[in-house]
Amino acid sequence: MSESATECFHCGEALAGRPPLWVDLQDSRVPVCCPGCRAAAQLIGELGLDDFYRFRTVPSAKPVPSTDEWSAYDDPQLQDTLTSIDERGRAAVLTIDGMTCAACSWLVTRSLQQIEGVVQASVNTATGRARIVWDARARLSSLLQVISDLGYRPQLMTASNAGAQVKDERRALLKRLAVAGFGMMQVTMFAVAMYAGELQGMEADVRTYLRLVSLLVATPVMLYGGWPYFSGAVQAVARRSVTMDVPVSLGLLLAYTASVFDTWRHAGEVYFDSVTMFIFFLTVARYVEMVARHRSTQVSDALSRMLPATAHRLVLEPEGEVVRSVAVTQLQTGDRVLVRAGEVVPADGEIIDGATLFDESMLSGESLAVARGCGERATAGTLNVGSPVRVRVTAAGRATILASIVALLNRAQAERPRITRAGDRLASRFLIRVLVGATLVCAFWSVMDPSRAFDATLAVLVVACPCAFSLATLVAVASANAALARRGVLVTNADAIEGLAKVTRVVFDKTGTLTNGRMSVAACTPRGTLTANHCMNIAAALEVGSEHPLARAFGNTPQGGLEATQVRVVAGGGVAGAVDGRDYRIGTRAFVAGLDRGPAASDAGDSDAAIYLASRDGVLAAFTVADAPRPESAAAVGSIRDLGLGIEILSGDSLAAVRRVALHCGVDTFSARQSPSDKLERVRALTAQGEFIAMVGDGINDAPVLGGAGVSIAMSRGSALTLAGADLILVGDSLQALPGAFVLARRATRVIRQNLVWAAAYNLTAMPLAAIGWVPPWVAAIGMSLSSMVVVLNSLRLIRGVPALVAGVGPAAAITAASVAPQPALQGISS
Amino acid sequence: MTLIAILIPVTLLLAGCGLWGFFWAVRTGQFDDLESPGWEILIDERMPAAATSMPTPSPEPPG
Repeated sequence: MSESATECFHCGEALAGRPPLWVDLQDSRVPVCCPGCRAAAQLIGELGLDDFYRFRTVPSAKPVPSTDEWSAYDDPQLQDTLTSIDERGRAAVLTIDGMTCAACSWLVTRSLQQIEGVVQASVNTATGRARIVWDARARLSSLLQVISDLGYRPQLMTASNAGAQVKDERRALLKRLAVAGFGMMQVTMFAVAMYAGELQGMEADVRTYLRLVSLLVATPVMLYGGWPYFSGAVQAVARRSVTMDVPVSLGLLLAYTASVFDTWRHAGEVYFDSVTMFIFFLTVARYVEMVARHRSTQVSDALSRMLPATAHRLVLEPEGEVVRSVAVTQLQTGDRVLVRAGEVVPADGEIIDGATLFDESMLSGESLAVARGCGERATAGTLNVGSPVRVRVTAAGRATILASIVALLNRAQAERPRITRAGDRLASRFLIRVLVGATLVCAFWSVMDPSRAFDATLAVLVVACPCAFSLATLVAVASANAALARRGVLVTNADAIEGLAKVTRVVFDKTGTLTNGRMSVAACTPRGTLTANHCMNIAAALEVGSEHPLARAFGNTPQGGLEATQVRVVAGGGVAGAVDGRDYRIGTRAFVAGLDRGPAASDAGDSDAAIYLASRDGVLAAFTVADAPRPESAAAVGSIRDLGLGIEILSGDSLAAVRRVALHCGVDTFSARQSPSDKLERVRALTAQGEFIAMVGDGINDAPVLGGAGVSIAMSRGSALTLAGADLILVGDSLQALPGAFVLARRATRVIRQNLVWAAAYNLTAMPLAAIGWVPPWVAAIGMSLSSMVVVLNSLRLIRGVPALVAGVGPAAAITAASVAPQPALQGISS
Repeated sequence: MTLIAILIPVTLLLAGCGLWGFFWAVRTGQFDDLESPGWEILIDERMPAAATSMPTPSPEPPG
């Protein structure tokens, strides 16, 4: 392992000059970035599961230091509601946050299986759910602890909502897909034989036999495979609306009944091949859509994921006040809880003892922690980064501010501007004309030549089957989804592609979206004789024990074995201490001046977070601590502007911080200090002016505005709530893929338009011919299948031409680079 | 005619068997997770000789 480590071995995060921590695995020593990663890597090494690092394809999620005391879950009463009794012991289903690839599920499974008493442990990578069965030798709390120690976040599911719905939907659709697929292959074989017979002659009884067999195979496809479309159409009609299911069902029913009728009367033509092929294509598109949808989390789960699993309830016992660990769901109004430093506040409440700093960035977007004292409020979901406080619960569970943001999200989603699918409207309008036309044709021929009336009417109806129309949008959208997924953009809403192409303005959140979302040293200006690097090391040594949010910017360990002694933390000032026998102070200008004999004239202390390091000889260095913009922000914003889209920043942070980021990214329009409802208000106002908004965000405070925007895009490391409401998720947690997504969406809409034009052209030329009786029904049937095929093949072009979309490094390349990076180290180990 | 009269039912029977097999696979959860099982077979062979040495973190890089 080389000493010049540049990124964390565990989570793949760039160390950016910070000194790494080191962990010994079985046959190597690796650098990691933080105590969380160290603990996880160390445990993986102790369990002998180093292979995890060899086989994973994506760097692990950065472990969030967990303070949950899982012992609360050994409470038998609580267990009864969360677990079920299996014949081999107790069984529980949990969701596990932070699993990034299949190797993660292997790691969790293996670690659990090594615990005595675990009968069965199976983890599903696709859904992020695990099922564990254990007997009396194991305790639930120790199982949860292991998963948590590995750097993942377990969450028990109540027995009722254990993801059965998702599994059932997936299984049902797979079965329908199989029936449609098998049926299509068989019927097409018979159809080829019949087309050949049509050209070179075929005995009547053979033809009848083939038709009967086709009918036999097509019927289950029609009834079982086509069921979702029929029930969807019935529901739509009952609601007096026209969805795509209506023309699809009508087309299917027409072609199928006509074929059955012709089989029965031994004349005319059958269209079973078209029917089965149509159902198969539709089901494939529906399956692709479902897979994408299932990958995003459900809103109902999301709320509980924002809160800790356990809380410390203070209980008065005869011998005095004691701390009891309870599950957060057991908290009630009036309870008193202890929130230690580094813990997430479990419920809304009022501080009754102590004063501390809260990191509310996820709720308000503010990047600096806020100070709260006795009598002030503590909000559920915020992080206590100061000192322990006692809080009296004023609202728990569904009554919290967090829950009200969820409610705002749900309302916003219900009222969002609808993206109408181009195909839907066209197909239903077209269908009405066809039905009118067919009636006219029927009437005309009944008068002119009744013997030809049936054939001509049937040909009109079949030629006009809206198959190509319906497939035009569906398949193009499914292909675009697949292409985007390869580039690191996950589409969870089928309408998002068409919406993305309509966007006129992109609104960004700042904290966590355009920036990294955590404090780091942006600049270090030496003022004395020491180098910047040396100053950084001294600062890191002094700040190592400090819990202050600004102190974390200096990393966790000093390099070169520097150690601070006589460390004294002065509230509101900074830290004083000695390094290598010399006294230093770090903190505000006024605080460090106390040590300094005669400070130089006041420097431009304009920055919102300026920190000074001083010794007895004077100020040594000034640090600017800021939430640094993501490295790709400026370029991504620039590319989006080049596409002709407006850009705007809406942030909950202070004006100075927002302005700095806006300048960096070259954005002129920005607003600061925006509450979640302010943001939503602004986006609604823009929408009212005729703009179509795409909102990019990550925090809980962005969730409502994401729900209200035309298209919502979330960063993959955003809060679960945000991910749940998003139409698109940037999987690599990078903005790099975003410009490409807009380009691809525009291409997809072009393809959709081509498809619709083709379908219309085919129908418009074939229908008059069919009406005057020039198209034999069998030609109509082939033409119908062919027009669908053309549409499908045209749509598949979207998947093929992916890499050439946007010049420069694509997100896929970035992800590959990140996952490949640890490998040189591994090769070094194995050789 | 006799030929296809026999062969088509045979193909239908085979297709039916295939479909039944697929339904069985879906019902028993074979399609629920298409990623993780593939990894297990690769890694099982190197199942560890458990933790023999306790690794310790070190504040500085090795020499």
